[in-house]
Amino acid sequence: MTQISTDDVQHLAQLSSLQLDEGEVESLRTDLENIVGYIEQLSELDTTGVEPTYQVTDLQNVWRDDAVDDYGISKDDLLALAPAAEAHQIKVPKVL
Amino acid sequence: MTVISEFIGKSARENVQSAILKARESEDFNAILSYSEERALERADKVDSGEITGRLAGVPFIAKDNFLTLGAPTTASSNFLKDFQAPLQATAIEKLEAEGAICIAKANLDAFAHGGSTENSAYGPTKNAYNKEHVAGGSSGGSAVVVALGIVPFALGTDTGGSIRQPASFNNVVGIKPTYGTVSRYGVVAMASSTDTIGVLTSSVEDAETVMGILSGKDTKDMTTLPDFFTPQTLDSPKKIGLIKEFMDEGVDPEVKAATERYVEVLKQKGHVVEEVSMSLLKYALAIYYIVVPAEISSNLGRYDGIRYGNRAEASSLGEVYGLSRDHGFMPENKRRIMIGSYVLSSGFFDAYYLQAQKARTLLVNEFNALFENYDALIGPVAPTPAFKLGENTSDPVKMYLADIMTVPASLAGLPAISVPAGLSEAGLPIGVQLIGARKSDSLLMAIAKEVQ
Repeated sequence: MTQISTDDVQHLAQLSSLQLDEGEVESLRTDLENIVGYIEQLSELDTTGVEPTYQVTDLQNVWRDDAVDDYGISKDDLLALAPAAEAHQIKVPKVL
Repeated sequence: MTVISEFIGKSARENVQSAILKARESEDFNAILSYSEERALERADKVDSGEITGRLAGVPFIAKDNFLTLGAPTTASSNFLKDFQAPLQATAIEKLEAEGAICIAKANLDAFAHGGSTENSAYGPTKNAYNKEHVAGGSSGGSAVVVALGIVPFALGTDTGGSIRQPASFNNVVGIKPTYGTVSRYGVVAMASSTDTIGVLTSSVEDAETVMGILSGKDTKDMTTLPDFFTPQTLDSPKKIGLIKEFMDEGVDPEVKAATERYVEVLKQKGHVVEEVSMSLLKYALAIYYIVVPAEISSNLGRYDGIRYGNRAEASSLGEVYGLSRDHGFMPENKRRIMIGSYVLSSGFFDAYYLQAQKARTLLVNEFNALFENYDALIGPVAPTPAFKLGENTSDPVKMYLADIMTVPASLAGLPAISVPAGLSEAGLPIGVQLIGARKSDSLLMAIAKEVQ
């Protein structure tokens, strides 16, 4: 069975943009190891030559006109949702 | 329980007020997160004055709190969206409002609809309508309980892997998971886009037909929607139904099996042919689901970064804003699913997990298709057991996932599946039976269920 280490947990957390609290790591490690232990049973199934199914609609290439539609929401409505905004822009901490 | 017809032609204001009163008297079930009383009463007055009309004029309903609605917050039962006031409404809500229905409250769920018991809510678990020591099921647990308690005649839910059907079965109500693409998901918090569906929980199949008839149809705001194909029907000939053998094996609770067998007997008495069928891929369905769905979750939940909306953590750098906002805003189960998604999609593991799962999904779809060449519908239980006790499965995520084992197959194949009441266990807990059909056979499944109820 696949082993998941605390380093693996930290790596996955980084890939997932999750800054975990130290106290969360060990319980997540156990849970993830158990879940991976369950899903890896799929490796025993022979899928040679089988095409993957990514969607089940039977729809293909649903087009729309290349026209602007604001869906009835204004820029101000959307900016009002942001935790911080200034001068019609969303404000974030220093990036560089 | 109540039905839609009891509310038609009455004072809409009184309908709304009495439903809210009943809801407040039932607050110990923790099924409701917030009320939209002010907006509901305004709309009720417009119904009473004749300004708003329609097939559901003055009928109160409750939406799962992952539908964007005006007049109440939309939290998805998460800390991340604790105070989120939507600037728009989901298409499903708009369609119901266009027929005069009135949303009075928002129902509890597992945060971001990740779970099968409503215990993953940031606002505490919902209690089962038949026994407060047991779970409501999930993730649409609140929606099932408000219908079971007779607060409203119908509630909206979402079903990605069983989240309407399983709580419906745990609370003795009807739960409809339609064919993938039947109802627009615009304005509904996304979970796993290739299996997310919107449906309804009701006390009668006829009411479910009414609501599905209103919700169905193409929406340019959701490119996966199908042209409206849903028309209620009644059966004009006996049907051939396959009883899924793997859903009746020794791991299934004997009372659940007995209730399913009793339902099958009634079908036979009505003249239908029921034969045992076997599906060799079913034993892999849960593993496929818990690869594909976390992969899509990890991608869909990338949007919760604390920048454009939702709660932003105090931090000095942008990276910390992302990391801490997400750590504080998500529940443990959200984190598990996001991280499993990152795992199965990461380089080196992609082929072995994600690609293998999507290939296995093809085999599962093919197996269903082959059966529907010979059978009009399939039948089995909804869940292996009646509602389990609160806290019983919370320490073991895999054990919790196993409660979905009978509902995820139809989700992976995009098939319609409905949960209908099939009696109570000796302990007084509800048991549900599931009917699964070929794509777009939603109304046939409901027609079969109407004959038995």
